[in-house]
Amino acid sequence: MDYTRRGLLRGAGTAGALVAAFATGALRPADVFAAWNKSAFDAKSTADAMKALNVAGAADSTDIVIRAPDIAENGAVVPIDITSNIPGTESISLFVDKNPFPYVGTFDVAKGAMPYVHVRVKIGESSNVRAVVAAAGKYYQAAKEVKVTIGGCGG
Amino acid sequence: MKHALVLCAALGLAAGLAGQPVSAQSEDRTAAEFDKFREVLEEANPAELWEVKGEALWKTKRGPKNASLEQCDLGLGPGVVKGAYVQLPRYFEDTGKVMDVEQRIVHCMVTLQGFKFEDLAKAPFSRGDYTPDPVSLVTYVAGQSREMKIAAPQSHPQERATYEIGKQIFFYRAGPWDFACATCHSEDGKRIRTQNLPNFTKPGESAARGYIGWPGYRMTGGVMHTLQWRMNDCFRQQRFPEPGYASDTIAALLTYMAVNANGQTYRGPGIKR
Amino acid sequence: MGDPMKIRAKLEGDIADVRVLMAHPMETGQRKDAAGKVIPAHFIKEIRAELNGKVVWTADISQAVSRNPVFAFKVKGAKGGDKLRITWEDNTGDKRTDEITLGS
Repeated sequence: MDYTRRGLLRGAGTAGALVAAFATGALRPADVFAAWNKSAFDAKSTADAMKALNVAGAADSTDIVIRAPDIAENGAVVPIDITSNIPGTESISLFVDKNPFPYVGTFDVAKGAMPYVHVRVKIGESSNVRAVVAAAGKYYQAAKEVKVTIGGCGG
Repeated sequence: MKHALVLCAALGLAAGLAGQPVSAQSEDRTAAEFDKFREVLEEANPAELWEVKGEALWKTKRGPKNASLEQCDLGLGPGVVKGAYVQLPRYFEDTGKVMDVEQRIVHCMVTLQGFKFEDLAKAPFSRGDYTPDPVSLVTYVAGQSREMKIAAPQSHPQERATYEIGKQIFFYRAGPWDFACATCHSEDGKRIRTQNLPNFTKPGESAARGYIGWPGYRMTGGVMHTLQWRMNDCFRQQRFPEPGYASDTIAALLTYMAVNANGQTYRGPGIKR
Repeated sequence: MGDPMKIRAKLEGDIADVRVLMAHPMETGQRKDAAGKVIPAHFIKEIRAELNGKVVWTADISQAVSRNPVFAFKVKGAKGGDKLRITWEDNTGDKRTDEITLGS
């Protein structure tokens, strides 16, 4: 995630200007979709992705609750719930450590959402899933292991 | 069981958690974990996307006759969709036979809309981004019976006769591996790898376990499948000749399965592995 | 223009519990087709939720999100009659926007 861009959007003045720009048609909503962090998404390890996101060294926290299966029935669709109990949570980022590209994405909740997200992801092999939370300019993380199995004939 | 394992291995499925002996206790834990997260997944099931698609297909004038399916009689009168799914398969006067939901919808597409059966039977199963129209339609119709009890009728003599035929097919052993549906699905506690196999011969909750999750969104491949596909695939996996699409053979098997599931609550289109 | 999303929202006080289903292949760009040709990457990259026109939730995601994605999140300060609009854009520039009215 690009915190600079998020920061800009968060500023009331800028947001107002953006709304005005949308209204006049000068700026299409798609234009704010410009800062998808390619270097983080292209990173081949969680550590590199976290570096690219400027969240390296996030502190371990028990206030991030990850709900995911201990054993997933199908690695193509693994449901994950993340709730942050850290005050001032602005965003939740998700990584699957053993995926070829571990960074799954960032959910920005600072502008009017609760610090919670449910998402379903592909997990190639048994792996830790890792959540990184940004709160009040600091970063926190927690991880949970998910085992992936192969099943029967086709349900 | 041994047969089933060999069969699935022969189908090219890679071993999961290979080489780890699984104790009965950890099996139960795994099954419980699957059930728990199956519920999570069903809270927002991509199958709903096909319900939306199917509803539009049902209500849109289409085909050579430019007609909608709103006059299609699924057994409760022309156009009545609510509750129809859980009361199928059933006997229909106009065709003089017992029909399952997909067979009946296809019948309506042919008679009301003028589609050709041969065209609908050409590629009847979902694959990749392709979903046949009857699959979406079945998903819509099934979604209109959510939280209703399965009540496949047995009042007409033909319905009782069809149940008996379905039962015979279920137990019929044949093919290069001397297999039957019953080989995998007639005892409690069987499984293939981590998947529990429902026992279809025990009426009630047990038989319903393999019936009520359909039509289902299959996580593998991310496609929507109906019981037509599932039955076809069971035949294929047994190395039987594959039955015809929307055939009376499948209607009979589904009658056997549905009646054994009677009284259980249908939860709507499901999620499958 | 993709297929319609399915958006559901349940109001609990002033919090809208939102679930959204999207029809999208989410191709990783690492799979091969039957002919051995790589299937090009095709996935949703960015999602935005707006409450009455104000952005309240955004997501930047990768191809690791499952095919036909499902998300749930909770929007604060919502009430019956509010418009909730969700937009996604994928790596090919394809977009889709759908809107619901809360409490209806």
